[in-house]
Amino acid sequence: MNDDRPTIPGDQDQPEPGLTPDPAPSYRHGDVIHTAPEYAVADADVLAVERGDTIAGTSLWRDAWRRLLRNRLAVFGMIVVAIVTLASLLGPFIIQKTTGITPDYIPSDVARLRSVPPLTGIDGAFAWTHPMGTDNQGRDLLARVLQGGQISLMVGIISTLVSLLIGVSYGATAGYLGGRVDNLMMRAVDVLYSLPYIIIVIVLLAVFRSQTARGQVILLFIALGSVSWLTMARIVRGQVLSLKNQEFVLAAKATGVSTPRIIFRHIVPNTLGPVIVYATLTIPTVMLAEAFLSFLGFGVQPPLASWGSLATDGIQNLGIFPWQLIFPGVTMALTLFSFNFLGDGLRDALDPQTRQQ
Amino acid sequence: MTNANGNLLEVRNLRTYFDTEDGEVKAVDGISFQLKRGETLGIVGESGSGKSVTNLSIIRLIPSPPGRIVSGEIVFDGVEILSLKESDVRRIRGRRIAMIFQDPMTSLNPFMKISQQMMEITQLHLGHGKSEAYEHAIEMLQTVGIPEARARVDNYPHEFSGGMRQRVMIAMALSCKPELLIADEPTTALDVTIQAQILELIKTLKRATGTSVILITHDLGVVAGMTDHLLVMYAGRIFEQAPTEELFAQPGNPYTKGLLRSVPDPLKEQGELYQIPGLPPDVAHLPAGCPFAPRCYRAEEICRREFPPFVQLTADHFSLCHFAAEVFEDSRTAIAGDQQTA
Repeated sequence: MNDDRPTIPGDQDQPEPGLTPDPAPSYRHGDVIHTAPEYAVADADVLAVERGDTIAGTSLWRDAWRRLLRNRLAVFGMIVVAIVTLASLLGPFIIQKTTGITPDYIPSDVARLRSVPPLTGIDGAFAWTHPMGTDNQGRDLLARVLQGGQISLMVGIISTLVSLLIGVSYGATAGYLGGRVDNLMMRAVDVLYSLPYIIIVIVLLAVFRSQTARGQVILLFIALGSVSWLTMARIVRGQVLSLKNQEFVLAAKATGVSTPRIIFRHIVPNTLGPVIVYATLTIPTVMLAEAFLSFLGFGVQPPLASWGSLATDGIQNLGIFPWQLIFPGVTMALTLFSFNFLGDGLRDALDPQTRQQ
Repeated sequence: MTNANGNLLEVRNLRTYFDTEDGEVKAVDGISFQLKRGETLGIVGESGSGKSVTNLSIIRLIPSPPGRIVSGEIVFDGVEILSLKESDVRRIRGRRIAMIFQDPMTSLNPFMKISQQMMEITQLHLGHGKSEAYEHAIEMLQTVGIPEARARVDNYPHEFSGGMRQRVMIAMALSCKPELLIADEPTTALDVTIQAQILELIKTLKRATGTSVILITHDLGVVAGMTDHLLVMYAGRIFEQAPTEELFAQPGNPYTKGLLRSVPDPLKEQGELYQIPGLPPDVAHLPAGCPFAPRCYRAEEICRREFPPFVQLTADHFSLCHFAAEVFEDSRTAIAGDQQTA
């Protein structure tokens, strides 16, 4: 207890105010009860402080984090996502350093090195050289899967970031301004929504087909990002609609805070829970869309690979060299599962309604 | 700074209407009042009587649409607020006119630390730097009686109890030393002991800073010890306006009398608690005459037909009633009678 806090009558001799009964009231009905000294703090308040001291700093986030850690599937998802991300980022680099093999390295004796089974050397004996085997060009499949992971994750994350940026500001602005502006903005979203987005992306990619593989990837980011913000905008708008009539917004207005600041500093942070959940679930959706596009041949172009384009390559020889489909396919499925588990876990952790359990 | 007549705030003939599906709702319909520097004005009335709308109008925070200020003048320290640019009004809000709201549980942003919310105001209005604003926030929390303010300032609102949050709201409201503090039912959401403390706190701080206060409430007990003047509002109109003591001692309006009678008196425990018959009127469909006539014990033919006049009873005691003088006289004799029997 802090000594310079004003003492409260009846509180001095009681080390644990929470456990002792209140002193009997000394006033009768009708007395004017203004006995509290200036700046005095009610017993209830003191209790709150003392309880608060022991649990101080329990922010909403820390609470959510603890709930998330209790969810096994979510933790599993988190770990897998972390491993896949790390492996994709560092893997190709490490492979190149140790073996000199790059994902797009086609050996000079293609004929002998093409479609080598996993963990097998050229001579057919066990070897660590190609843990996932090689593809039909003799390229190391592990290096390609990891490099494909880079592209797939990047497409997923960057498109989701784009959707966050556009979706959140668009939705928040529409929701906060309301009225005619809101109507206009959201009808535009409805129109875009009603268009079959995968076809739009295909058209975008076909029309602006880039000459370089890298250019094509950037185009993919733009195409997927520009359609994936629609749901985000709707979610944020809905949240903002219910938040903007809350008293703290009025209180912020009454202190002279400007409108953009109210939207982005006071309201948007309050929508973060659903936004994070939805963003986490958008990543696998976008990755799936990318795989689909690459599978159709519109996405990532060789020599770059993504899980989708690897699957396309693999499916051609499915009967003879199944590992060429299985490895990229399983990696992708595992990653998508994990993102979904993580998203579900986040929703449970951040949703106040499930908080009581 | 003061203008000729010493009024900090003058509201003249303010009308704020809302467009609803039910038609035009005259939430505030032609009210006028003044507030002198350093004074406390109480505004009393039932829910929907226009108390809050009046005060939101003063800082131009009526949500529009559907609300709009149809006519009137609001002169704050010689400046007509209704004709100001939005950016100029923003400079007054929080800096010169501050507000405290009803529910401290919802009027703090749950996702921002107390320190962030408090610093925002002084950084905005007083041009404080970060560390200066932070120290100021701690100082203000100490002023409103938050123990261990330095340790608590970085907490989130959910770590504070209701009474503490209302203290934080008061600290925020007073951190720019506003000339006018509008407290919109500051104690309604609090339990009774905390209520008394919060009122005491407002009173003390008001005395210390010389801030003028408008206290909105539906609880006559709250205003009794706090205010210099009282407005009694009903259906968007001022029904009675008087110095607090005079209004309690000798009300000149049947509605005020009803309100006073429905305050439970712990000394007389027997008998039923009086209540004003009927319901507050639907402001979208007001009757032609006096809006209180259907519930009034004194209502006569004329009340249902003609809108009552605003009668001056003494120097600054006004009442909106056809029989203001009679009611006023009755109150005096009733008091005399009470004293004889007592």
